[in-house]
Amino acid sequence: MSEPLLRIDRLALTLPDGADRLYAVDNVSYDLSAGEILCVVGESGSGKSMTANAVMGLLPTGVHASRGRALFDGQDLLAMDEISHRALRGRRIGMIFQEPMTALNPLMRVGEQIAEVFEAHGLLTPRTRKEKALALLEEVRLPDPEAALRAYPFELSGGQRQRVMIAMALALEPELLIADEPTTALDVTTQAQILHLVKDLQQRHGMAVMFITHDFGVVAEIADRVCVMREGRIVEMGSASEVLDNPQHEYTRALIEAIPGDAVPPSRDEAQAKPLLSVKGLDKVYRSSGGWFQPKREVVALEGIDFTVDKGETLGVVGESGSGKSTLGRCIVGLNTPDSGEIRLNDVDLRALEGRELREHRRRIQMVFQDPYASLNPRIRVGMAIAQGPIANGVAKAEAMKQARELLATVGLDASAAERYPHEFSGGQRQRIGIARALALNPELIVADEAVSALDVSIQAQVLKLLDTLKKEFELSLLFITHDLRVAAQICDRLIVMQKGRIVEHGSATEIFLSPQHAYTRELLAAIPGRAHHAEPARAAAV
Amino acid sequence: MSFFKRFAQNRGALGGLVILGLVVLLALLAPFLYPDSPWRMVQRPFLAPGEVSGFWLGTDVMGRDVAAGLAHGAWVSLLIGLISTVVALAIGVPLGALAGYFGGKIDDALMRFTEFFQTIPNFALAIVLVAIMEPSTVSIVLAIAIVSWPPVARLVRGEFLSIKHREYVEAARLVGQTHRDIIIKQILPNTLSPVIVLASLMVATAILLESSLSFLGLGDPDTMSWGYMIGAARTVMRQAWWLSVIPGVAILLTVLALNLVGEGLDDALNPQLARQR
Repeated sequence: MSEPLLRIDRLALTLPDGADRLYAVDNVSYDLSAGEILCVVGESGSGKSMTANAVMGLLPTGVHASRGRALFDGQDLLAMDEISHRALRGRRIGMIFQEPMTALNPLMRVGEQIAEVFEAHGLLTPRTRKEKALALLEEVRLPDPEAALRAYPFELSGGQRQRVMIAMALALEPELLIADEPTTALDVTTQAQILHLVKDLQQRHGMAVMFITHDFGVVAEIADRVCVMREGRIVEMGSASEVLDNPQHEYTRALIEAIPGDAVPPSRDEAQAKPLLSVKGLDKVYRSSGGWFQPKREVVALEGIDFTVDKGETLGVVGESGSGKSTLGRCIVGLNTPDSGEIRLNDVDLRALEGRELREHRRRIQMVFQDPYASLNPRIRVGMAIAQGPIANGVAKAEAMKQARELLATVGLDASAAERYPHEFSGGQRQRIGIARALALNPELIVADEAVSALDVSIQAQVLKLLDTLKKEFELSLLFITHDLRVAAQICDRLIVMQKGRIVEHGSATEIFLSPQHAYTRELLAAIPGRAHHAEPARAAAV
Repeated sequence: MSFFKRFAQNRGALGGLVILGLVVLLALLAPFLYPDSPWRMVQRPFLAPGEVSGFWLGTDVMGRDVAAGLAHGAWVSLLIGLISTVVALAIGVPLGALAGYFGGKIDDALMRFTEFFQTIPNFALAIVLVAIMEPSTVSIVLAIAIVSWPPVARLVRGEFLSIKHREYVEAARLVGQTHRDIIIKQILPNTLSPVIVLASLMVATAILLESSLSFLGLGDPDTMSWGYMIGAARTVMRQAWWLSVIPGVAILLTVLALNLVGEGLDDALNPQLARQR
């Protein structure tokens, strides 16, 4: 191929004063030819999205290109004025965003939103716009495209919304499609479908695709070429097979290793222990009371849940969004009240307790939350955040603060962290603080609800390791709730798989990964991105 | 960036702060500049500003010094504005917090109670209250506070509704903190910034309300206030326009300054939103 469609040439983007580094990206060069998928991979803060924003002319205020060029079909996008840039956007360069929930206008029907793309560029008549919109929805394989045309975004699922976004991006048949983490907010099975769709459409239209992701599994599924970025610089670039099978740079190697790619858990000793937590026949239905013109809505979140967690064991609860796994965790810690059923800790029925006694026993089950940014009060110093639990339970303040400093050291942070506010810490460090807070009350069971989902892979691995160490040190049991089977494989002894509020399969982690019985479990396992890529060498080695 | 630096980035707010500072200074210095009562007749009535030296703002219908009235009135206006806002916060914040935190029936009851006050026009209610209680500084402060707390309760309730489901609040529940601790230590500090901004604007509204009440003759008969000065001068508007314009400009400047400061506080407390301007 002669001239590449997009050429980024020694691009440097300057960050505003006071940022943690001088350049968002520095000296970045890469080419993208028609008919090629380039994956730009990196962790958060690596500058991987910034280049795409520069290409689209969507740089946040304060950030500007200080050096270099971004040539699209021979024209420099950075030197272009707003009017000619706008003519390119949508028409020749399409973009898909990460969050399908917020990227669509909630008050506009899907059909109108797609038609608006044509309208913005003054193309077609209203009637043909509508026909075209229907054809596009068919192309992205929405079930019942006629109905989807008239639907509002909230009536569609996350995956369906992302399909609508893709349809909008494809409307004017762009030559270049920029996809910024388009599958990160989706369930694994949906993610697999969307990746398949993107690849399929790319081949049919001969588009160039710039696919930005943090997930090497996704890279293995879709990429022709890979560009690995770190702190604003390219550390490695090459064809997908080169980079994945024979990574040259140690950072790339670390990233690839951080993913438990083969998704088969190491076998563990089956410790004989007595059950710590036993749950029997748990039911929970969410009801919204109907008004005059709308019927009551009932959503079954949990139905007949039975399981036990042994002392010192890690039980994984896996399922997609809406499977009821988070509700289960919240019922166990007591944030939600189940409709019926029994939750026993050792021999105490937690549901029969009230007031002071309940508070006494609640201490024994603590929780680590998903979002490291929302789970710490921005106005309370870290030390106090950890100490407030013991203080609420009657420990003297000085003693509790001393404990808090020790706990910070236990989770691998400096004791001086106690005097600082949460915003001074990174996501991974905050999650460590969250763990320290849970440990402060000497719990017997920790419920971790998607505790590592919001973290970068390399940080994820560290936090999982920390959890595992602490579990042994403090003789804890862990109820680990996750949507990510790769994470579950790393840490769990036993697994339960949930779908639509029911447990469809349970067993030891090894059993479930190697011989899944239920069709849904098999589907989940097949959808793990990058699984095929990793499975092949493993199989070859076995033969 | 420090809080003041962010505040100072909004030039209007800085200007507002300067004006407000001058008004406060005037109010504080009033007893020293004009030790006599502002009600005393000191010269011939209807002196134009500058006509007789020593009376640089002239005298009113009864021959009282306008400058002395302005200075003493500043004290009254600011004091009533400030105290009535504090009283309104003292009613609105706890009600809003309880309604938002506990929800359900408590929320319903408290919000219906709030709406009861919101359905009556502010000014009409204030007039009725002052008339019933007899005009005095205390009754005016109470009347203003009673008509201006509902927006505070609504705002605080809204903030509580959104914050009570944050993970850090749930974490506090799990470690066994009491409801009182969660409300006071976890949630309340995080609702303060919008409340502070609202409060600064409420001081301005309170000053206007007090002036309107005095204008109608419902002010405290013992204290000189800007609203009273305008009210007393309205019949002689054509002969001596400055008698209504001077205190009018004083009210305008003070209210404007408070609004500018409120906006500056909003920018400084929500830096993410401010940078968009």
